[in-house]
Amino acid sequence: MTDVLAVTDHRRGDLRDVSYEIITAGRELADETGGNLHLAVISGTVDEFADDLNREGVDAIHTVDHGEEFNHDVYTQAISQLYDELAPQYVVAPNSVNGLDYAPAVANELDLPIVTDTIGLETDGETLLATREMYGGKVETTNELEGAAVVTIRSAEWPKAEGTGDASIEAFDAEIDEDAIGSTVTGFEEVGGGDVDISEADVLVSVGRGIEEEDNIPLIEDLAEALDATVSSSRPIVDNGWLPKNRQVGQSGKVVTPDVYIAIGISGAVQHVAGMKGSDTIVAINTDPNAPIMDIADYAIHDDLFDVVPALTEEFQ
Amino acid sequence: MKILVTVKEVATVEDEFEIEGTEIASQYLGADLNEWDDYAVEEAVQLQENGIADEVVTVTIGPEDCEQTIRQALAKGADRAIRVWDDALEGVDLLDVNAKTEILSAVVEAEEPDLVLTGVQAGDDSFGATGVSLAEEIGAQWGAVVNHLEHDLEDGVASVRRELEGGVEELTEIDLPAVLTIQTGINEPRYASLRGIRQAQRKELDVQALADIGVDEGTIESELELTEMYEPESESDVTVWEGSADETAAELGELLREKGVAQ
Repeated sequence: MTDVLAVTDHRRGDLRDVSYEIITAGRELADETGGNLHLAVISGTVDEFADDLNREGVDAIHTVDHGEEFNHDVYTQAISQLYDELAPQYVVAPNSVNGLDYAPAVANELDLPIVTDTIGLETDGETLLATREMYGGKVETTNELEGAAVVTIRSAEWPKAEGTGDASIEAFDAEIDEDAIGSTVTGFEEVGGGDVDISEADVLVSVGRGIEEEDNIPLIEDLAEALDATVSSSRPIVDNGWLPKNRQVGQSGKVVTPDVYIAIGISGAVQHVAGMKGSDTIVAINTDPNAPIMDIADYAIHDDLFDVVPALTEEFQ
Repeated sequence: MKILVTVKEVATVEDEFEIEGTEIASQYLGADLNEWDDYAVEEAVQLQENGIADEVVTVTIGPEDCEQTIRQALAKGADRAIRVWDDALEGVDLLDVNAKTEILSAVVEAEEPDLVLTGVQAGDDSFGATGVSLAEEIGAQWGAVVNHLEHDLEDGVASVRRELEGGVEELTEIDLPAVLTIQTGINEPRYASLRGIRQAQRKELDVQALADIGVDEGTIESELELTEMYEPESESDVTVWEGSADETAAELGELLREKGVAQ
C-alpha cells in the first residue's frame, strides 16, 4: 500500500488554492495502490482549516495547533514526526515559496530523496515517475526514483478537490522543540501598491526581456498611450528597475484578467503565465515561435517587436 | 565575517534545438553563470564593501570547463573560489539534491562560513532545494527566497524579506549562521570591470576531489534518475498573423477595434 502524507498551505488566515490541489495529487498517488491519503494542517486556525479540507478522497486529517503563521522549523519538526508515526511512502508538499522553505529540510532530515516542482506523478507503489520541466519549460523530463520520497507539486497543475469527505480529524501531538526555532516572522508587507492597479485595466501592454534595454521602454509606453492602455511587465523588467514593482504580472506580482493582454517580448515562463492566463484574449509578439507564451496565446506575431510595436503605435496615433 | 556563495554554471538552450537521449544536443547549448547566483555573489560583495564581511569565497560543483564562468564571480569581487569535481561525477545526468548537499556540507565544514548565500534555483534544472537542504544538513538556520537583506547583521541576526506569492513579503529575523537563498531583484548585479577581470585570473581557484573534502564516492550516488526528455506537446491553437510588420500590426489593430478596446 502506498500511503501519502500531503501538507497543506495557508497564509494570514486563509488556505491557499494549492491545498485543495494537493488533495487531488495525493489521492491519485494513493489510489494507484489503494493506500490512504493523510493531510497535515499545521499552525493557524487548524480546526477551521480541517473542516474546509475534509473533501472527497481524504482519509485522515492531522492538525498541529502551534502558532498562527508559517514557521519552517515548526513545519519541519511536525512533518518529520508525522512521517515517523504514519510511515507514508510519499510526502507531498506544495512547490510554493513556503513549501520550498521546509520540504528540502524535511527530505534531508528523513534522509529521503526530493523531487521538486513536479507537474505529473505516477507510481506503482515502489517506483515513482515524476514529470517536471527543465530549461524554463523548453523540455519536460521523466525522473524515476525507487522507494519513499518527498515530492513538491506545482500549483494549478492538478484540479482542486471538491465535495464533502468523511475523513477522521485528529489533533496530532507534535513535540515542537522551541530551542531549535531559529527564525521569527515579524510581519508582512504588501508590495507593489501605488498609483496604478494593473489588475483593473481592460487592456494591458506588457513588456518582457525582449525589449533589451531600459532606453527602449518608451516604445511600449507610447503604444500604451496610443491605445489608452496600461503598461505592465514580466519579472526581469522589474528586477532591473526599469518599471516599478506594481507593474509586475505573475506569481510574485499581480494576477490580471484584462480583455486583451498584449505580451511583447515575453517568453512566458510559468511564473508569468500564472498571472495572466485568465485574460480574455492574449496576443503575443515574439521572434521565437516556440516560446512557451505561444501555448496560451490566441493570436501571435512572430516578428521583431522593434518593427511591429512602432507600426501599431502609428496606426492608433 | 566570512561568506560562502554557491555558484553554478548553467546550460542555456537556443530557441531551436534537438534532444539526444536524455540530453539536449551539445551544439544547441551555451553556458552562463546561473542568474540567481549572480545576485547572490553581488549581495556578498556588497556586504564586503560595507565592511560586514571580511572574505567572500565561492564554491561550485563542476568540471574544468566551467572555470571561465566561475572566474566571472571572482572578477566581480569574490576573493577566491573552490571547485569540486571528481571522476566519479563524470557522466552523471542529474546530480540530485542529496548529492549536492553532501558535497557542499563538506566544504562548509572546512570553510566554516558565518553566512552561506545560494541562488533560489538554477536556471536549467530549477530544483530550488539545495540551499535549504544544505542548511538542515549543517545545522544552520535558513531562509528561502530572500529579496532583501539588512546589511548590519547586528547581534548575529539577519533581517530578511522573503518574497511570497501575490506581491506579499514576509519580514523574518534569522539567527546566524544561516543559509539564505537569494531571489533575483535583491540588488543590481554589477558588470565585471576590466581590472576585475584581470585580477580574477590571479585569484586562487582551488580544485578539490571528493576524497580531498572527505566525501565518500558511494554517498553521492543520485537516487533520482532522468529517464526521458522530450519537447512538451504544444497545446497551442494560436492564430499566427503573417506578413510585414505593417501588415501584422494592422491585423492586431483590427482585432483591438473589433473588441472595442481601442479606436
